[in-house]
Amino acid sequence: MQKKKKISIIVFPGSNCDRDLMIATEKCLGLKPKVIWHNETHIKHSNMILIPGGFSFGDYLRAGTIATKSPAIKEVIRLSGKGVPIIGICNGFQILTECGLLKGALIKNTKQLFKCENVYIKVVNNKTNFTNFFSSTEVLKMPIAHSQGNYFLNKDQIKEIRDNEQIIFKYSSKFGDVSRENNPNGSVDNIAGITNKEKNVLGLMPHPERAIDEFTSCDGIKFFENLKNLL
Amino acid sequence: MKKIITKKILNEHNISSKEYNMILNIMGREPNILELGIFSVMWSEHCSYKSTKKWLKTLPISNDKVICGPGENAGIIDIGNNDAIIFKMESHNHPSFIEPYQGAATGVGGIMRDVFTMGARPIANLNSLRFGDPKNKKTKNLLRGVVKGIGDYGNCVGIPTVGGECFFHKSYNNNILVNAMSVGLVKKNKIFYATAKGVGNPIIYVGAKTGRDGIHGATMASAEFTDDSEKQRPQVQVGDPFVEKLLLESCLELMNQDVIVAIQDMGAAGLTSSSFEMASKGDCGVDLFLDKVPCREKEMIPYEMMLSETQERMLMIIKPEKRKETYKIFKKWGLEAVEIGKLTNTNKMNLYFNKELVGTLPIKPLADSAPEYDRPSSKPKRLKKKKAIKKIISKEKLKKVLITILSSPNHSSKSWIFNQYDSSVMGDTIFASEMADAAVIRIHNSKKAISITSDCNPIYCKADPKLGAEIAVAESWRNLISTGADPIAITDNLNFGNPEKKEIMYEIKQAIKGIKKACEELNYPVVSGNVSLYNETKGKAILPTPVIGGVGLIKNLNYRKGFKMNEKSFIYLVGKSKGHLDLSVFNQHLNIKGGNPPKVNFTEEINNGNFVKKLIQKTKIIDGCHDISEGGVALALAELCIANKMGMKINFLKNKKQPEKILFCEDQSRYILIVNNKKTFESLARNDGISFQKIGIVGGKYLDFESQFKITVKKLLKTNSKWFKNYLR
Repeated sequence: MQKKKKISIIVFPGSNCDRDLMIATEKCLGLKPKVIWHNETHIKHSNMILIPGGFSFGDYLRAGTIATKSPAIKEVIRLSGKGVPIIGICNGFQILTECGLLKGALIKNTKQLFKCENVYIKVVNNKTNFTNFFSSTEVLKMPIAHSQGNYFLNKDQIKEIRDNEQIIFKYSSKFGDVSRENNPNGSVDNIAGITNKEKNVLGLMPHPERAIDEFTSCDGIKFFENLKNLL
Repeated sequence: MKKIITKKILNEHNISSKEYNMILNIMGREPNILELGIFSVMWSEHCSYKSTKKWLKTLPISNDKVICGPGENAGIIDIGNNDAIIFKMESHNHPSFIEPYQGAATGVGGIMRDVFTMGARPIANLNSLRFGDPKNKKTKNLLRGVVKGIGDYGNCVGIPTVGGECFFHKSYNNNILVNAMSVGLVKKNKIFYATAKGVGNPIIYVGAKTGRDGIHGATMASAEFTDDSEKQRPQVQVGDPFVEKLLLESCLELMNQDVIVAIQDMGAAGLTSSSFEMASKGDCGVDLFLDKVPCREKEMIPYEMMLSETQERMLMIIKPEKRKETYKIFKKWGLEAVEIGKLTNTNKMNLYFNKELVGTLPIKPLADSAPEYDRPSSKPKRLKKKKAIKKIISKEKLKKVLITILSSPNHSSKSWIFNQYDSSVMGDTIFASEMADAAVIRIHNSKKAISITSDCNPIYCKADPKLGAEIAVAESWRNLISTGADPIAITDNLNFGNPEKKEIMYEIKQAIKGIKKACEELNYPVVSGNVSLYNETKGKAILPTPVIGGVGLIKNLNYRKGFKMNEKSFIYLVGKSKGHLDLSVFNQHLNIKGGNPPKVNFTEEINNGNFVKKLIQKTKIIDGCHDISEGGVALALAELCIANKMGMKINFLKNKKQPEKILFCEDQSRYILIVNNKKTFESLARNDGISFQKIGIVGGKYLDFESQFKITVKKLLKTNSKWFKNYLR
């Protein structure tokens, strides 16, 4: 018999999407994640690690910075090297860039204000393990809620991640047009989500865990169903 | 012996000579400065409600759903299946004017603590804001600061901010209003109260370290502003939402174990009011060892510790054998918890500092015999007013007025504000701002939801405080109905000027009478509330602003309604229109002054409301619903077009004289219903004896008032969304 797969979710003081993410994985994948408190030094038997949104340690420095000093993140870095799939959403994405697992930085939105609204994101690479159930023209609707979601990389680095096909999601219109009008925060190239070069670490600003029922959008369900591949 | 307490000191503490005599009677001696300071905050308007208590007592406070009415940290209502909702609205007006960002942020923090101190997890926040004339040089920064303060605080804690109001008027130029409402969910058998019990039980202090911020904040909020009020900046507290989040999670974790006897947040008047209130409710005495109080600053004295309003602090009484568990949980969350005292049977508050008794006060007399005033009142002259003059209006003018209204500060889309608030965290937001008449939040893991709204039209209240308050209550009831909810109860936040002035006192009394009348008629009691007086600068008071926060229950989310319309559905107007234009938004825009607010006929209100509710809850013939309030039918229809990016043909105006009356009148108890089955609707309406009128059909690119004027939906959207963007560019 196949052993039951395990998902871990890392919780920091100040995380505030941990509950939503746990509910989403339970609902969409039938798996209840194990909670890893930020100061735990070992993450055992994990087939996937999730880092939720929120304001880890209050985010009084640049978002995500303090969290990178947590023992649990050291463990995440170690396990990422072993190919364990890791997903950071919102603050989780910020932590992944701050700790160097993902390239680039998430700086203040161009208008300097927090922004919460529903956006559309286009799946621009459906050939990763995180996305290969999506069609090549898939557009998803889900909320964003952040003040530091403006993804930044210099030109050379952009070329590099483009060449390596690390760009996964881009802000778009309902119909998949990627244009400036559909860019909610000023991100370079409308980037909403990327992976590392090895394609086992994914970070995205939008919140799929908040789009798992008919009342807002069901597109988050599709996001989680893709993860079945990895479990 | 030389007297310590001089007239000057009494003035500084805002204590009248009459009140000082009461203090002398209670104490049987001259108080020292520490003791006087404690009296001054406990007896401040903010904490004691001395000018309004007599009238607040007259309000209806119960129905079959109310678990706990006013008097506790917040009110509690029963929503079935062992679930209860805890909610309250509270003002942070004075501090928000002096320091908008921190003032508003700490307002949000304070009201959330009121909710989670009772065991509830906050599930939604709303805020009701009033600013001065946009042209006033202060307004822009106040608006920016307040909105950012509210957003940064609630977003960080992770509680969705889902609705509210924002209104501009010159009377708020120097006294803005920031009223924050928080709504929490708790299991009925897990509610915590602030009643101290058990002699010898330890008193635990947890949260932020005490600093010198906010000393006399409650007293500040109990006096008019003067020229140098902005110098009071050091009295404004500084918020730390991260500590609030830790406090929230740790307290809820602790509440899951059998540890806490009583708990109270340290809000206005800090350690003083939290310890007095718990002890007074439990008929206990208290010994506090103030050298144990964690302090942020050096050499703080007992006076400062007792009066500090440092945020994010809790005081709790625990079972003595549970100290270890308590410390363990707080340590996990990185919070400092310290035992600072114990309960006694002395009925006194004994304050020790470095082993010396530095103050001793009788608890019951201090709490119970706080002054209660029946302040004199008289009807303001302005209320003997002239009638509004009539003007003849052309069709072109009608169109122009609608466009002006849609692009005015008060009726523009507030998306610049609410997009700064995280409205979707916690994953249970069904409707947030501008999607329905009220915010709708699912009760987690169930088919139930609650509807929440906040309402007040200060223009009506100024012209007739009683009727204005009735309308505020009725409108909140109607907003809940529009979403398909059963309205249950309200919280009220009464914002007025200086109650020592007869005309202001008249406004207060009349407004409370109005709330009382409407609550009784609608079986819609007041379960919590807050009074903010002295919203006045250099003799100029704000418009009377009794804000009503309403909560209702949607039993089955599949039967909830927002602003939705489907193409080809019929548009019906429910309720009687009488052409009341006095004080309407229409008249305001044409600069026509005078007249009275529209009357509320409660029989009609209830009949129409119950009919609409029945259609939403029991049939599938309604697409969407919108109540009619400010701006009348015209604005309600425009808002529906905007929300759906869809047009409509309105065809009931042909050959009508004075179409402005039909389009813009603000008669009460009316709704727009978008109906997909004409026959069923009309027969049900006739059966129930409800007045209705078919006024049009959904579809097209225009909001088309046939035989009058039409505007493209594109233009409506553009018009409605530009003001905030331009203003804050």
